[in-house]
Amino acid sequence: MITVNHYLILGSLLFAISIMGLFLNRKNLVVILMAIELMLLAVNMNFVAFSHYLNDLSGQVFVFFILTVAAAESAIGLAILVLLFRNLRSIHVDDLGSLKG
Amino acid sequence: MTLIDFLPIVPEILVLVMASVILLLTAANKCPTAGYVPSLLTLLGAAVLTITTGGLGTDALVRDLVIVDPMGDVLKLVTYLAAMASFVYGRAYLREFGLLRGEYFALALFAVLGMMVMISSASLLTLYLGLELLSLSLYTLVAMQRDSAQASEAAMKYFILGALASGLLLYGMSLLYGATGTLELSGIAEALHGQTGGTMLLTFALVFIVAGIGFKLGVAPFHMWVPDIYQGAPTAVTLFLASAPKLAAFAIVMRMLVLGLPELLHDWQSMLAVMAVASLAIGNLAAIMQTNIKRMLAYSTISHMGFLLLGVLAASIAGFAASMFYVVSYVIMTLAGFGLIVHLSRKDAEADTLDAFRGLNRDHPWLAAMMAVVMLSMAGLPPFLGFYAKFFVLQALVGGGWIALAVLAVMFSLIGAFYYLRIVKLMYFDTPSEGTGRIAPAGDAIGLLSLNGLAVLGLGLLPQGLLVLCVTVVQASI
Repeated sequence: MITVNHYLILGSLLFAISIMGLFLNRKNLVVILMAIELMLLAVNMNFVAFSHYLNDLSGQVFVFFILTVAAAESAIGLAILVLLFRNLRSIHVDDLGSLKG
Repeated sequence: MTLIDFLPIVPEILVLVMASVILLLTAANKCPTAGYVPSLLTLLGAAVLTITTGGLGTDALVRDLVIVDPMGDVLKLVTYLAAMASFVYGRAYLREFGLLRGEYFALALFAVLGMMVMISSASLLTLYLGLELLSLSLYTLVAMQRDSAQASEAAMKYFILGALASGLLLYGMSLLYGATGTLELSGIAEALHGQTGGTMLLTFALVFIVAGIGFKLGVAPFHMWVPDIYQGAPTAVTLFLASAPKLAAFAIVMRMLVLGLPELLHDWQSMLAVMAVASLAIGNLAAIMQTNIKRMLAYSTISHMGFLLLGVLAASIAGFAASMFYVVSYVIMTLAGFGLIVHLSRKDAEADTLDAFRGLNRDHPWLAAMMAVVMLSMAGLPPFLGFYAKFFVLQALVGGGWIALAVLAVMFSLIGAFYYLRIVKLMYFDTPSEGTGRIAPAGDAIGLLSLNGLAVLGLGLLPQGLLVLCVTVVQASI
Protein backbone atom coordinates (compact mmCIF):
# COMPACT_ATOMS: atom_id res chain seq x y z
CA MET A 1 0.00 0.00 0.00
CA ILE A 2 1.45 3.35 -1.02
CA THR A 3 0.77 6.05 1.55
CA VAL A 4 1.30 9.78 1.50
CA ASN A 5 4.58 9.22 3.32
CA HIS A 6 6.06 7.42 0.33
CA TYR A 7 5.22 10.35 -1.89
CA LEU A 8 6.70 12.76 0.64
CA ILE A 9 9.94 10.78 0.74
CA LEU A 10 10.08 10.75 -3.05
CA GLY A 11 9.43 14.49 -3.11
CA SER A 12 12.13 15.20 -0.57
CA LEU A 13 14.61 12.98 -2.44
CA LEU A 14 13.95 14.85 -5.69
CA PHE A 15 14.28 18.13 -3.84
CA ALA A 16 17.57 17.03 -2.27
CA ILE A 17 18.91 15.95 -5.67
CA SER A 18 18.07 19.34 -7.15
CA ILE A 19 19.75 21.20 -4.27
CA MET A 20 22.83 19.01 -4.80
CA GLY A 21 22.69 19.88 -8.49
CA LEU A 22 22.73 23.56 -7.62
CA PHE A 23 25.52 23.53 -5.07
CA LEU A 24 27.85 20.68 -6.02
CA ASN A 25 27.82 21.34 -9.73
CA ARG A 26 30.82 23.51 -10.63
CA LYS A 27 30.73 22.95 -14.35
CA ASN A 28 27.78 23.81 -16.47
CA LEU A 29 25.06 26.41 -16.10
CA VAL A 30 22.59 24.32 -18.11
CA VAL A 31 22.74 21.67 -15.38
CA ILE A 32 21.77 24.35 -12.88
CA LEU A 33 18.71 25.25 -14.96
CA MET A 34 17.76 21.57 -15.00
CA ALA A 35 18.18 21.38 -11.23
CA ILE A 36 15.87 24.36 -10.79
CA GLU A 37 13.27 22.65 -12.94
CA LEU A 38 13.59 19.46 -10.91
CA MET A 39 13.10 21.41 -7.70
CA LEU A 40 9.76 22.76 -8.89
CA LEU A 41 8.69 19.27 -9.98
CA ALA A 42 9.53 17.90 -6.53
CA VAL A 43 7.22 20.53 -5.07
CA ASN A 44 4.53 19.56 -7.56
CA MET A 45 4.81 15.95 -6.43
CA ASN A 46 4.17 17.06 -2.85
CA PHE A 47 1.19 19.16 -3.82
CA VAL A 48 -0.47 16.44 -5.87
CA ALA A 49 0.07 13.82 -3.18
CA PHE A 50 -1.35 16.03 -0.44
CA SER A 51 -4.19 17.12 -2.68
CA HIS A 52 -5.16 13.49 -3.30
CA TYR A 53 -4.95 12.39 0.31
CA LEU A 54 -6.73 15.49 1.63
CA ASN A 55 -9.49 15.25 -1.00
CA ASP A 56 -8.97 18.92 -1.78
CA LEU A 57 -8.56 20.20 -5.32
CA SER A 58 -6.79 23.48 -4.59
CA GLY A 59 -3.41 21.75 -4.36
CA GLN A 60 -3.75 20.47 -7.93
CA VAL A 61 -4.79 23.93 -9.11
CA PHE A 62 -1.61 25.28 -7.54
CA VAL A 63 0.38 22.72 -9.53
CA PHE A 64 -0.95 24.10 -12.80
CA PHE A 65 0.18 27.57 -11.81
CA ILE A 66 3.60 26.28 -10.80
CA LEU A 67 3.98 24.49 -14.14
CA THR A 68 3.11 27.69 -16.00
CA VAL A 69 5.51 29.79 -13.96
CA ALA A 70 8.23 27.16 -14.39
CA ALA A 71 7.85 27.43 -18.17
CA ALA A 72 8.21 31.21 -18.04
CA GLU A 73 11.11 30.87 -15.64
CA SER A 74 13.09 28.49 -17.82
CA ALA A 75 12.44 30.71 -20.85
CA ILE A 76 13.96 33.65 -19.01
CA GLY A 77 16.77 31.52 -17.62
CA LEU A 78 17.74 30.27 -21.07
CA ALA A 79 17.52 33.80 -22.49
CA ILE A 80 19.91 35.07 -19.81
CA LEU A 81 22.16 32.08 -20.53
CA VAL A 82 22.34 32.97 -24.23
CA LEU A 83 23.13 36.57 -23.31
CA LEU A 84 25.86 35.43 -20.94
CA PHE A 85 27.38 33.18 -23.60
CA ARG A 86 27.48 36.06 -26.08
CA ASN A 87 29.31 38.24 -23.57
CA LEU A 88 31.62 35.71 -21.94
CA ARG A 89 31.93 33.01 -24.63
CA SER A 90 31.49 30.45 -21.87
CA ILE A 91 28.81 28.90 -19.69
CA HIS A 92 31.12 27.53 -17.04
CA VAL A 93 30.11 28.25 -13.46
CA ASP A 94 33.68 29.16 -12.55
CA ASP A 95 33.73 31.94 -15.11
CA LEU A 96 31.07 33.84 -13.17
CA GLY A 97 33.62 35.53 -10.99
CA SER A 98 33.93 39.17 -11.93
CA LEU A 99 31.60 40.32 -9.15
CA LYS A 100 33.19 39.60 -5.78
CA GLY A 101 33.88 41.06 -2.37
CA MET B 1 -19.36 36.62 -9.11
CA THR B 2 -20.47 40.00 -10.39
CA LEU B 3 -18.53 42.87 -11.81
CA ILE B 4 -18.66 44.70 -8.48
CA ASP B 5 -16.53 41.96 -6.88
CA PHE B 6 -13.63 43.10 -8.99
CA LEU B 7 -13.76 46.66 -7.65
CA PRO B 8 -11.00 46.13 -5.04
CA ILE B 9 -8.52 44.92 -7.66
CA VAL B 10 -9.20 47.69 -10.18
CA PRO B 11 -5.73 49.24 -9.58
CA GLU B 12 -4.09 45.89 -10.41
CA ILE B 13 -6.20 45.55 -13.55
CA LEU B 14 -5.25 49.06 -14.67
CA VAL B 15 -1.52 48.40 -14.23
CA LEU B 16 -1.80 45.04 -16.05
CA VAL B 17 -3.68 46.54 -19.00
CA MET B 18 -1.37 49.53 -19.30
CA ALA B 19 1.80 47.43 -19.08
CA SER B 20 0.48 45.24 -21.91
CA VAL B 21 -0.53 48.31 -23.96
CA ILE B 22 2.92 49.85 -23.56
CA LEU B 23 4.53 46.56 -24.59
CA LEU B 24 2.31 46.32 -27.68
CA LEU B 25 2.89 49.94 -28.69
CA THR B 26 6.63 49.44 -28.26
CA ALA B 27 6.52 46.40 -30.52
CA ALA B 28 4.82 48.57 -33.13
CA ASN B 29 7.32 51.39 -32.53
CA LYS B 30 4.50 53.76 -31.70
CA CYS B 31 4.94 54.34 -27.98
CA PRO B 32 5.09 58.03 -27.09
CA THR B 33 8.25 59.12 -25.19
CA ALA B 34 9.37 55.48 -25.11
CA GLY B 35 6.74 54.65 -22.52
CA TYR B 36 8.01 57.11 -19.90
CA VAL B 37 4.99 59.42 -19.68
CA PRO B 38 2.40 56.62 -20.09
CA SER B 39 3.97 54.66 -17.20
CA LEU B 40 4.00 57.69 -14.92
CA LEU B 41 0.33 58.34 -15.78
CA THR B 42 -0.50 54.66 -15.13
CA LEU B 43 1.05 54.77 -11.68
CA LEU B 44 -0.75 58.03 -10.95
CA GLY B 45 -4.04 56.47 -12.08
CA ALA B 46 -3.38 53.39 -9.94
CA ALA B 47 -2.75 55.68 -6.95
CA VAL B 48 -6.06 57.48 -7.51
CA LEU B 49 -7.91 54.16 -7.84
CA THR B 50 -6.22 52.73 -4.74
CA ILE B 51 -7.31 55.75 -2.72
CA THR B 52 -10.89 55.71 -4.04
CA THR B 53 -11.39 51.97 -3.57
CA GLY B 54 -9.55 52.04 -0.24
CA GLY B 55 -12.63 52.39 1.95
CA LEU B 56 -14.08 49.03 0.98
CA GLY B 57 -13.08 47.32 4.20
CA THR B 58 -10.90 44.40 5.15
CA ASP B 59 -13.01 41.63 3.65
CA ALA B 60 -11.16 39.03 1.68
CA LEU B 61 -12.55 39.36 -1.82
CA VAL B 62 -12.35 37.69 -5.19
CA ARG B 63 -12.79 34.22 -3.72
CA ASP B 64 -10.44 34.68 -0.83
CA LEU B 65 -7.39 35.25 -2.96
CA VAL B 66 -6.96 38.94 -2.32
CA ILE B 67 -7.17 40.98 0.83
CA VAL B 68 -7.64 44.74 0.74
CA ASP B 69 -6.77 46.52 3.95
CA PRO B 70 -5.42 49.94 4.97
CA MET B 71 -1.88 48.63 5.51
CA GLY B 72 -1.83 47.22 1.99
CA ASP B 73 -3.21 50.46 0.57
CA VAL B 74 -0.53 52.58 2.20
CA LEU B 75 2.23 50.17 1.12
CA LYS B 76 0.89 50.24 -2.44
CA LEU B 77 0.82 54.03 -2.50
CA VAL B 78 4.45 54.16 -1.36
CA THR B 79 5.26 51.54 -4.01
CA TYR B 80 3.78 53.73 -6.75
CA LEU B 81 5.69 56.74 -5.45
CA ALA B 82 8.95 54.78 -5.33
CA ALA B 83 8.44 53.43 -8.86
CA MET B 84 7.61 56.89 -10.21
CA ALA B 85 10.64 58.42 -8.50
CA SER B 86 12.93 55.72 -9.89
CA PHE B 87 11.56 56.34 -13.41
CA VAL B 88 12.19 60.09 -13.12
CA TYR B 89 15.70 59.64 -11.66
CA GLY B 90 16.63 56.92 -14.09
CA ARG B 91 15.46 58.55 -17.30
CA ALA B 92 18.62 60.47 -18.22
CA TYR B 93 20.79 57.47 -17.28
CA LEU B 94 18.69 55.09 -19.35
CA ARG B 95 18.87 57.39 -22.35
CA GLU B 96 22.62 57.66 -22.02
CA PHE B 97 23.02 53.87 -21.96
CA GLY B 98 20.50 53.26 -24.75
CA LEU B 99 18.08 51.51 -22.40
CA LEU B 100 15.28 54.08 -22.63
CA ARG B 101 12.88 51.75 -24.41
CA GLY B 102 9.30 50.72 -23.87
CA GLU B 103 10.39 47.29 -22.63
CA TYR B 104 12.02 48.82 -19.59
CA PHE B 105 8.83 50.55 -18.51
CA ALA B 106 6.59 47.62 -19.40
CA LEU B 107 8.78 45.27 -17.33
CA ALA B 108 8.93 47.75 -14.47
CA LEU B 109 5.13 48.03 -14.51
CA PHE B 110 4.83 44.23 -14.45
CA ALA B 111 7.17 44.26 -11.46
CA VAL B 112 4.94 46.85 -9.80
CA LEU B 113 1.94 44.62 -10.52
CA GLY B 114 3.76 41.71 -8.89
CA MET B 115 4.42 43.83 -5.81
CA MET B 116 0.77 44.89 -5.65
CA VAL B 117 -0.35 41.25 -5.78
CA MET B 118 2.16 40.33 -3.07
CA ILE B 119 1.03 43.20 -0.86
CA SER B 120 -2.63 42.19 -1.05
CA SER B 121 -2.16 38.41 -1.11
CA ALA B 122 -4.55 36.43 1.09
CA SER B 123 -3.52 32.98 -0.06
CA LEU B 124 -0.35 31.03 -0.77
CA LEU B 125 -1.26 30.99 -4.45
CA THR B 126 -1.47 34.76 -4.94
CA LEU B 127 1.58 35.27 -2.77
CA TYR B 128 3.61 32.92 -4.96
CA LEU B 129 2.31 34.34 -8.25
CA GLY B 130 2.97 37.93 -7.18
CA LEU B 131 6.46 37.01 -6.04
CA GLU B 132 7.27 35.27 -9.32
CA LEU B 133 5.88 38.11 -11.43
CA LEU B 134 8.10 40.52 -9.51
CA SER B 135 11.17 38.27 -9.65
CA LEU B 136 10.91 37.35 -13.33
CA SER B 137 10.53 41.03 -14.28
CA LEU B 138 13.53 41.96 -12.16
CA TYR B 139 15.77 39.24 -13.65
CA THR B 140 14.98 40.62 -17.08
CA LEU B 141 15.50 44.23 -16.03
CA VAL B 142 18.95 43.39 -14.66
CA ALA B 143 19.84 41.72 -17.97
CA MET B 144 18.63 44.64 -20.08
CA GLN B 145 22.07 46.09 -20.64
CA ARG B 146 22.86 43.44 -23.21
CA ASP B 147 26.42 44.37 -24.11
CA SER B 148 27.64 44.34 -20.52
CA ALA B 149 29.25 41.13 -19.29
CA GLN B 150 28.90 42.32 -15.73
CA ALA B 151 25.15 42.89 -16.03
CA SER B 152 24.51 39.49 -17.61
CA GLU B 153 26.60 37.80 -14.93
CA ALA B 154 24.58 39.62 -12.28
CA ALA B 155 21.34 38.58 -13.99
CA MET B 156 22.42 34.94 -14.09
CA LYS B 157 23.36 34.94 -10.40
CA TYR B 158 20.13 36.70 -9.50
CA PHE B 159 18.16 34.20 -11.55
CA ILE B 160 19.74 31.11 -10.00
CA LEU B 161 19.54 32.30 -6.40
CA GLY B 162 16.05 33.76 -6.91
CA ALA B 163 14.81 30.48 -8.38
CA LEU B 164 16.38 28.60 -5.47
CA ALA B 165 14.58 30.93 -3.04
CA SER B 166 11.26 30.40 -4.81
CA GLY B 167 11.86 26.65 -4.70
CA LEU B 168 12.51 26.72 -0.94
CA LEU B 169 9.45 28.88 -0.34
CA LEU B 170 7.28 26.62 -2.50
CA TYR B 171 8.51 23.47 -0.77
CA GLY B 172 7.58 25.05 2.55
CA MET B 173 4.20 26.02 1.15
CA SER B 174 3.52 22.48 -0.04
CA LEU B 175 4.29 21.08 3.42
CA LEU B 176 2.13 23.76 5.03
CA TYR B 177 -0.69 22.84 2.66
CA GLY B 178 -0.30 19.22 3.64
CA ALA B 179 -0.41 20.07 7.34
CA THR B 180 -3.45 22.33 7.15
CA GLY B 181 -5.34 21.32 4.01
CA THR B 182 -5.90 24.85 2.75
CA LEU B 183 -4.09 27.51 0.77
CA GLU B 184 -5.79 30.52 2.37
CA LEU B 185 -3.71 32.29 4.98
CA SER B 186 -6.64 32.90 7.32
CA GLY B 187 -7.69 29.26 6.87
CA ILE B 188 -4.17 28.14 7.76
CA ALA B 189 -4.24 30.26 10.92
CA GLU B 190 -7.63 28.71 11.82
CA ALA B 191 -6.44 25.16 11.19
CA LEU B 192 -3.41 25.68 13.39
CA HIS B 193 -5.39 27.33 16.15
CA GLY B 194 -4.99 25.71 19.54
CA GLN B 195 -2.01 23.61 18.53
CA THR B 196 0.72 23.95 21.08
CA GLY B 197 4.12 23.62 19.48
CA GLY B 198 4.54 22.46 15.94
CA THR B 199 4.54 18.96 14.58
CA MET B 200 7.56 17.83 12.59
CA LEU B 201 5.81 18.68 9.32
CA LEU B 202 4.98 22.21 10.47
CA THR B 203 8.50 22.86 11.72
CA PHE B 204 9.92 21.81 8.35
CA ALA B 205 7.37 23.96 6.54
CA LEU B 206 8.26 26.97 8.67
CA VAL B 207 12.01 26.54 8.17
CA PHE B 208 11.64 26.40 4.39
CA ILE B 209 9.23 29.34 4.30
CA VAL B 210 11.40 31.54 6.52
CA ALA B 211 14.47 30.64 4.43
CA GLY B 212 12.61 31.51 1.21
CA ILE B 213 11.41 34.83 2.56
CA GLY B 214 14.88 35.53 3.97
CA PHE B 215 16.33 35.07 0.48
CA LYS B 216 13.85 37.48 -1.02
CA LEU B 217 14.45 40.06 1.72
CA GLY B 218 18.18 39.62 1.37
CA VAL B 219 19.01 38.98 5.03
CA ALA B 220 21.98 36.95 6.22
CA PRO B 221 22.68 34.05 5.85
CA PHE B 222 20.75 34.29 2.57
CA HIS B 223 22.28 37.59 1.50
CA MET B 224 25.03 36.58 -0.93
CA TRP B 225 23.14 37.65 -4.04
CA VAL B 226 22.49 41.22 -2.88
CA PRO B 227 25.96 42.81 -3.36
CA ASP B 228 26.61 41.13 -6.72
CA ILE B 229 23.27 42.17 -8.18
CA TYR B 230 23.43 45.74 -6.86
CA GLN B 231 26.90 46.17 -8.31
CA GLY B 232 26.36 44.42 -11.62
CA ALA B 233 22.98 45.79 -12.62
CA PRO B 234 22.71 49.11 -14.48
CA THR B 235 22.47 51.75 -11.74
CA ALA B 236 18.97 52.85 -12.74
CA VAL B 237 17.79 49.25 -12.37
CA THR B 238 19.59 48.94 -9.02
CA LEU B 239 17.70 52.02 -7.91
CA PHE B 240 14.42 50.36 -8.85
CA LEU B 241 15.12 46.95 -7.36
CA ALA B 242 16.60 48.34 -4.15
CA SER B 243 13.59 50.46 -3.32
CA ALA B 244 10.02 49.37 -4.01
CA PRO B 245 10.42 45.54 -3.76
CA LYS B 246 11.44 45.88 -0.10
CA LEU B 247 7.92 47.15 0.66
CA ALA B 248 6.45 44.03 -0.93
CA ALA B 249 8.93 41.83 0.93
CA PHE B 250 7.84 43.43 4.20
CA ALA B 251 4.21 42.83 3.19
CA ILE B 252 4.76 39.10 2.62
CA VAL B 253 6.50 38.78 5.97
CA MET B 254 3.44 40.33 7.57
CA ARG B 255 0.97 38.22 5.57
CA MET B 256 2.78 34.93 5.83
CA LEU B 257 4.07 34.98 9.40
CA VAL B 258 1.71 37.34 11.21
CA LEU B 259 -1.54 36.58 9.39
CA GLY B 260 -0.93 32.94 8.46
CA LEU B 261 1.29 31.49 11.17
CA PRO B 262 0.61 33.35 14.44
CA GLU B 263 0.42 30.01 16.25
CA LEU B 264 4.07 29.33 15.47
CA LEU B 265 5.08 32.74 16.85
CA HIS B 266 7.79 31.43 19.18
CA ASP B 267 9.38 29.33 16.46
CA TRP B 268 9.67 32.10 13.89
CA GLN B 269 10.61 34.70 16.46
CA SER B 270 13.82 32.87 17.28
CA MET B 271 14.61 32.28 13.59
CA LEU B 272 14.10 35.97 12.79
CA ALA B 273 16.27 36.94 15.77
CA VAL B 274 19.18 34.87 14.47
CA MET B 275 18.75 36.21 10.93
CA ALA B 276 18.48 39.81 12.15
CA VAL B 277 21.65 39.69 14.25
CA ALA B 278 23.58 37.92 11.48
CA SER B 279 22.46 40.55 8.94
CA LEU B 280 23.40 43.43 11.21
CA ALA B 281 26.83 41.92 11.79
CA ILE B 282 27.62 40.89 8.21
CA GLY B 283 26.03 43.94 6.59
CA ASN B 284 27.80 46.51 8.72
CA LEU B 285 31.20 44.79 8.90
CA ALA B 286 31.45 43.90 5.22
CA ALA B 287 30.33 47.36 4.09
CA ILE B 288 33.43 48.89 5.66
CA MET B 289 35.73 47.05 3.23
CA GLN B 290 33.97 48.09 0.03
CA THR B 291 35.35 50.51 -2.52
CA ASN B 292 32.34 50.41 -4.82
CA ILE B 293 29.53 52.57 -3.48
CA LYS B 294 26.77 50.40 -4.99
CA ARG B 295 28.26 47.38 -3.28
CA MET B 296 28.65 49.30 -0.04
CA LEU B 297 25.00 50.36 -0.12
CA ALA B 298 24.07 46.73 -0.86
CA TYR B 299 25.71 45.62 2.39
CA SER B 300 24.04 48.53 4.14
CA THR B 301 20.71 47.26 2.75
CA ILE B 302 21.39 43.87 4.33
CA SER B 303 21.85 45.50 7.72
CA HIS B 304 18.72 47.63 7.22
CA MET B 305 16.68 44.52 6.44
CA GLY B 306 18.04 42.97 9.65
CA PHE B 307 16.74 45.98 11.54
CA LEU B 308 13.38 45.58 9.83
CA LEU B 309 13.13 41.99 11.09
CA LEU B 310 13.85 43.17 14.64
CA GLY B 311 10.62 45.16 14.59
CA VAL B 312 8.61 42.22 13.25
CA LEU B 313 9.93 39.79 15.85
CA ALA B 314 8.88 42.12 18.66
CA ALA B 315 5.42 40.88 17.58
CA SER B 316 3.35 43.76 18.93
CA ILE B 317 1.34 46.47 17.19
CA ALA B 318 4.14 48.89 18.08
CA GLY B 319 6.71 46.51 16.59
CA PHE B 320 4.87 45.97 13.31
CA ALA B 321 4.20 49.72 13.00
CA ALA B 322 7.87 50.45 13.71
CA SER B 323 8.89 47.97 11.01
CA MET B 324 6.51 49.56 8.54
CA PHE B 325 7.90 52.99 9.45
CA TYR B 326 11.39 51.55 8.97
CA VAL B 327 10.71 50.12 5.52
CA VAL B 328 9.01 53.30 4.31
CA SER B 329 11.86 55.48 5.52
CA TYR B 330 14.42 53.01 4.11
CA VAL B 331 12.74 53.34 0.71
CA ILE B 332 12.77 57.15 0.89
CA MET B 333 16.47 57.20 1.84
CA THR B 334 17.47 54.60 -0.75
CA LEU B 335 15.67 56.46 -3.51
CA ALA B 336 17.58 59.62 -2.64
CA GLY B 337 20.90 57.80 -2.27
CA PHE B 338 20.81 55.71 -5.45
CA GLY B 339 19.02 58.61 -7.19
CA LEU B 340 22.09 60.76 -6.60
CA ILE B 341 24.44 58.04 -7.85
CA VAL B 342 22.33 57.64 -11.00
CA HIS B 343 22.24 61.41 -11.36
CA LEU B 344 26.03 61.68 -11.24
CA SER B 345 26.70 58.75 -13.59
CA ARG B 346 27.61 59.16 -17.23
CA LYS B 347 28.44 56.57 -19.85
CA ASP B 348 32.15 57.30 -19.76
CA ALA B 349 32.27 57.84 -15.99
CA GLU B 350 29.96 55.77 -13.81
CA ALA B 351 29.87 57.34 -10.35
CA ASP B 352 29.90 53.96 -8.63
CA THR B 353 33.24 54.11 -6.84
CA LEU B 354 33.87 55.89 -3.59
CA ASP B 355 36.51 57.95 -5.40
CA ALA B 356 33.86 59.53 -7.60
CA PHE B 357 32.50 61.27 -4.51
CA ARG B 358 35.86 62.74 -3.51
CA GLY B 359 35.51 66.53 -3.24
CA LEU B 360 31.97 66.56 -4.58
CA ASN B 361 31.24 69.55 -2.39
CA ARG B 362 33.53 71.81 -4.46
CA ASP B 363 31.76 71.19 -7.77
CA HIS B 364 28.21 70.48 -6.66
CA PRO B 365 27.62 71.74 -3.13
CA TRP B 366 23.86 71.14 -3.27
CA LEU B 367 24.20 67.51 -4.41
CA ALA B 368 26.90 66.93 -1.80
CA ALA B 369 24.67 68.38 0.89
CA MET B 370 21.83 66.05 -0.09
CA MET B 371 24.13 63.02 -0.20
CA ALA B 372 25.38 64.00 3.26
CA VAL B 373 21.81 64.21 4.56
CA VAL B 374 21.05 60.73 3.16
CA MET B 375 24.24 59.20 4.56
CA LEU B 376 23.75 60.74 8.02
CA SER B 377 20.15 59.57 7.96
CA MET B 378 21.14 56.00 7.02
CA ALA B 379 23.71 56.07 9.82
CA GLY B 380 20.85 56.86 12.18
CA LEU B 381 21.87 60.31 13.36
CA PRO B 382 19.23 62.70 14.66
CA PRO B 383 17.42 64.80 13.48
CA PHE B 384 17.13 62.78 10.26
CA LEU B 385 14.49 60.22 9.31
CA GLY B 386 16.76 57.22 9.80
CA PHE B 387 17.23 58.04 13.46
CA TYR B 388 13.53 57.80 14.22
CA ALA B 389 13.17 54.64 12.15
CA LYS B 390 15.82 52.95 14.29
CA PHE B 391 14.50 54.57 17.47
CA PHE B 392 10.95 53.25 17.08
CA VAL B 393 12.18 49.72 16.30
CA LEU B 394 14.44 49.76 19.37
CA GLN B 395 11.59 51.12 21.49
CA ALA B 396 9.33 48.25 20.38
CA LEU B 397 12.14 45.73 21.03
CA VAL B 398 12.75 46.98 24.55
CA GLY B 399 8.98 47.10 25.13
CA GLY B 400 8.83 43.42 24.20
CA GLY B 401 11.65 42.55 26.59
CA TRP B 402 14.32 41.88 23.94
CA ILE B 403 16.90 44.09 25.61
CA ALA B 404 19.98 42.10 24.58
CA LEU B 405 18.94 42.30 20.93
CA ALA B 406 18.40 46.05 21.22
CA VAL B 407 21.89 46.51 22.65
CA LEU B 408 23.41 44.44 19.83
CA ALA B 409 21.50 46.46 17.24
CA VAL B 410 22.79 49.74 18.65
CA MET B 411 26.36 48.44 18.71
CA PHE B 412 26.29 47.32 15.09
CA SER B 413 24.67 50.61 14.06
CA LEU B 414 27.59 52.42 15.68
CA ILE B 415 30.03 50.33 13.63
CA GLY B 416 27.92 51.06 10.57
CA ALA B 417 28.08 54.80 11.13
CA PHE B 418 31.78 54.63 10.17
CA TYR B 419 31.28 53.90 6.48
CA TYR B 420 28.44 56.38 6.07
CA LEU B 421 30.49 59.12 7.66
CA ARG B 422 33.45 58.19 5.43
CA ILE B 423 31.41 59.29 2.40
CA VAL B 424 30.63 62.61 4.07
CA LYS B 425 34.35 63.03 4.79
CA LEU B 426 35.27 62.19 1.19
CA MET B 427 32.82 64.74 -0.16
CA TYR B 428 33.75 67.61 2.13
CA PHE B 429 37.38 67.23 3.14
CA ASP B 430 39.09 65.52 0.19
CA THR B 431 40.08 66.93 -3.17
CA PRO B 432 38.83 65.33 -6.39
CA SER B 433 41.24 62.71 -7.69
CA GLU B 434 43.07 63.61 -10.88
CA GLY B 435 41.85 62.35 -14.20
CA THR B 436 38.23 61.71 -13.35
CA GLY B 437 36.30 63.80 -15.83
CA ARG B 438 33.93 65.70 -13.58
CA ILE B 439 30.39 65.06 -14.63
CA ALA B 440 27.77 67.67 -15.33
CA PRO B 441 24.49 66.32 -13.99
CA ALA B 442 21.41 66.63 -16.17
CA GLY B 443 18.79 69.03 -14.88
CA ASP B 444 15.55 67.13 -15.24
CA ALA B 445 15.54 65.11 -12.05
CA ILE B 446 17.14 67.58 -9.70
CA GLY B 447 13.82 69.04 -8.52
CA LEU B 448 12.44 65.71 -7.37
CA LEU B 449 15.83 64.71 -5.92
CA SER B 450 15.88 67.88 -3.85
CA LEU B 451 12.35 67.20 -2.65
CA ASN B 452 13.40 63.65 -1.76
CA GLY B 453 16.45 64.84 0.17
CA LEU B 454 14.36 67.41 1.99
CA ALA B 455 11.80 64.70 2.82
CA VAL B 456 14.55 62.78 4.64
CA LEU B 457 15.19 65.88 6.74
CA GLY B 458 11.57 67.05 7.04
CA LEU B 459 10.14 63.68 8.06
CA GLY B 460 13.02 63.41 10.52
CA LEU B 461 12.05 66.70 12.14
CA LEU B 462 8.36 65.75 12.20
CA PRO B 463 8.17 61.94 12.33
CA GLN B 464 4.95 61.87 14.32
CA GLY B 465 2.56 62.04 11.35
CA LEU B 466 4.11 59.07 9.54
CA LEU B 467 4.32 57.06 12.76
CA VAL B 468 0.66 57.70 13.61
CA LEU B 469 -0.28 56.64 10.07
CA CYS B 470 1.73 53.39 10.42
CA VAL B 471 0.22 52.57 13.82
CA THR B 472 -3.31 53.31 12.59
CA VAL B 473 -3.12 51.18 9.46
CA VAL B 474 -1.37 48.29 11.22
CA GLN B 475 -4.01 48.37 13.96
CA ALA B 476 -6.79 48.39 11.37
CA SER B 477 -5.25 45.51 9.43
CA ILE B 478 -4.40 42.96 12.11
